[in-house]
Formats: sequence, structure tokens, C-alpha cells
Amino acid sequence: MKRFLIPLGLFLVLVVFLAVGLNRDPHEVPSPLVGKPAPEFKLEKLGEPGKTFSPADMRGQVWLLNVWASWCVSCRAEHPLLVAFAKQGGVPIVGLNYKEVRGDGETDVKKLAADQEIVLTRQRAAGWLSRHGNPYTLSVLDMDGRVGIDYGVYGVPETYLIDKKGVIRFKQIGPITPEALQQKILPLAKKLAEES
Amino acid sequence: MKQRLITAAAALLLALPLAHAGEATPMAEDPVVEARMVAISEELRCLVCQNESLAASHAELAEDLRREVRTLVREGKTDPEIKEYLVSRYGDFVLYRPPVKPTTWFLWFGPFVILGGAVIGLIAYLRRRAGKVVAPALSATDKAAAKALLTGQDSPNSPKDQA
Repeated sequence: MKRFLIPLGLFLVLVVFLAVGLNRDPHEVPSPLVGKPAPEFKLEKLGEPGKTFSPADMRGQVWLLNVWASWCVSCRAEHPLLVAFAKQGGVPIVGLNYKEVRGDGETDVKKLAADQEIVLTRQRAAGWLSRHGNPYTLSVLDMDGRVGIDYGVYGVPETYLIDKKGVIRFKQIGPITPEALQQKILPLAKKLAEES
Repeated sequence: MKQRLITAAAALLLALPLAHAGEATPMAEDPVVEARMVAISEELRCLVCQNESLAASHAELAEDLRREVRTLVREGKTDPEIKEYLVSRYGDFVLYRPPVKPTTWFLWFGPFVILGGAVIGLIAYLRRRAGKVVAPALSATDKAAAKALLTGQDSPNSPKDQA
């Protein structure tokens, strides 16, 4: 009987390792940006052509940066939650509209005229927001995805919680779930709001 | 050999967009930049299709990142600098060869620790067993049979003859 204990023990250790491995999502790659200052950028706003926004404008506030696009199916799934959350107020959400035209997989930007892309971007993004509701204090346009790269975006949607000093404190990869909102984002946002 | 492979890969990669668009793209301009970009991105993982390298992936993000690597190469950045650029954004996960540091010790040395443990266990087991096993004594007929087998003279009852 005793001679089976060691193999059995090893087997159980293996089972635990595999069980933990199975329950982790390989697509959730921990971001090295958590705890680091949010990368600076200057991008044109969606509703106000010619006007730009940069993260520095939010200094002193706890805010969310939500990466979205109208072609992104998961964003559509996440959207009602954001709209409801925005109605409660408290934490402003800034939208980073990510590769609205280039990312849809259909439009070849090279065939568009130079000024066509931004026109299309505004049209599609604004259309989507008017159909599904606009939870954003403002949205900015990252047409070529460069700012996305600086933020380590590799799948849309992604959401960053940024504190008053402009430091990224949490990153949600994939759509925000009600659980993630209630258990992680809201408590952390509340705590950060109390920091000076 | 490796150099040739890289060149071949670069050539293939260059040919792809041409085949798609049917028009020359600026990236064909500098084969040196292109070869370095490919060499670097073969060491990097695509975050969208995680089992593909950045060089091989057709994901859009991979395309964007290759463009970024190309720009950095043109700016004269060194390979470690370019890798650091991506690691600072996407984490060590983008590296196919993870760096050796406390969080990856288990990954790097774990297999050797397990192998060492197995070898020690095996030696201990064999030693214990060696004390117990007694060589079987062979009878005269056994010895004769063995000799017959070794010299190739089959005994009349061997299965070969029956077949």
C-alpha cells in the first residue's frame, strides 16, 4: 500500500498543476504597464474635429480608458454595461477608438484618399455610438493603432484604470464583466479616489 | 544555412504583400532592413495567434508590430533595444526566449531539478534492489539450450520450424 503513496502524490501534484493551467486564459497576458505611468499621446477627439485630448488632461481624476471599435463584437457585448455604469457617474470613461477603419478587415486604407480615412472613422464611430448609446465623456481616434501599441493593446476591448497621478493601476483584457466591475474596478476606483 | 533560411523567409515575406496588392510596397526597398526585421520578429511571439512568431503571423497586430520594428531598425536601434521596446509594452510574454530572473527560475531550472531528483531516486532504487536480487543458477540443460541458441543451431521444437 505504502509504495503507491509516492506515485499517487506525484499524480495529484500533476493534476493540480493541470487543473490550474486549464482554468487560466492564455489570452490574458499580464500587462507590464500596470503600476507605470499611462503613456502620453495626443489624439483628435471624435466629436470635435481639430481638438485633441491627451491623458494629462485627466490629471487629478481617477478615470477609465476603454479601447473600442465599431467592428469589435466583444465591445458590443460589453457596451450596455458601460452605458449603465456611465449613468451612475463617478468614474469618467474616455474611449480610445482603435483602428476604426483599418481594423475592420475589409477596407483597404491604401485605396482611400488621404482625408477619407478620418471621415469614415468619424462616420462609423459616431454612428455606432448613436445606435448603442454613448458612455464616454469623450472618445479619441487612434486610426493607425500606434497609441494602441504604446498601451500594449492586442485585443479589443481593453480597459485601463488610471489614477489621479496618471498611473495605470489595473488593466481589464477583454470585455468588462459585471463581476470584474463590482469586485475589482469599482472598489479600486473608490480607493484611488481617496488617495491624494 | 541559417542565413539562407532567413533570406528565404525574407524573400517569401516580401513576396506576400506583392501577391496580394499587385503593387510595390515601400518595404521592398531595403532588403537589409527587411532581413533584420524578420530576424528580430522570429524571436518574438505574436500576441493574437500565440503559437506563431511575429514574423510568420498574418494577424493585423503582427503587421502593425512588424511595421514598428521596421521603423526602429531604420532609426538605427539595436536588437536588444527593439526587444525592450516590445517587452515594455507587452511583457516578457512576447519573447520566445524568456529572460532568466526569479519569476522564471522554475521555468528555466525546474526541469533540471526534476531530472536530478529522478536520477537520485533511480540510483537509490537500483542500489536497494542490487542487494536483493540473486543471480539465478542455471542448470546444465539451460546452459546447453542457451549455447544452442547463441550458435544458431535451432532445437527441433523451435517455433521457426513449425511455421
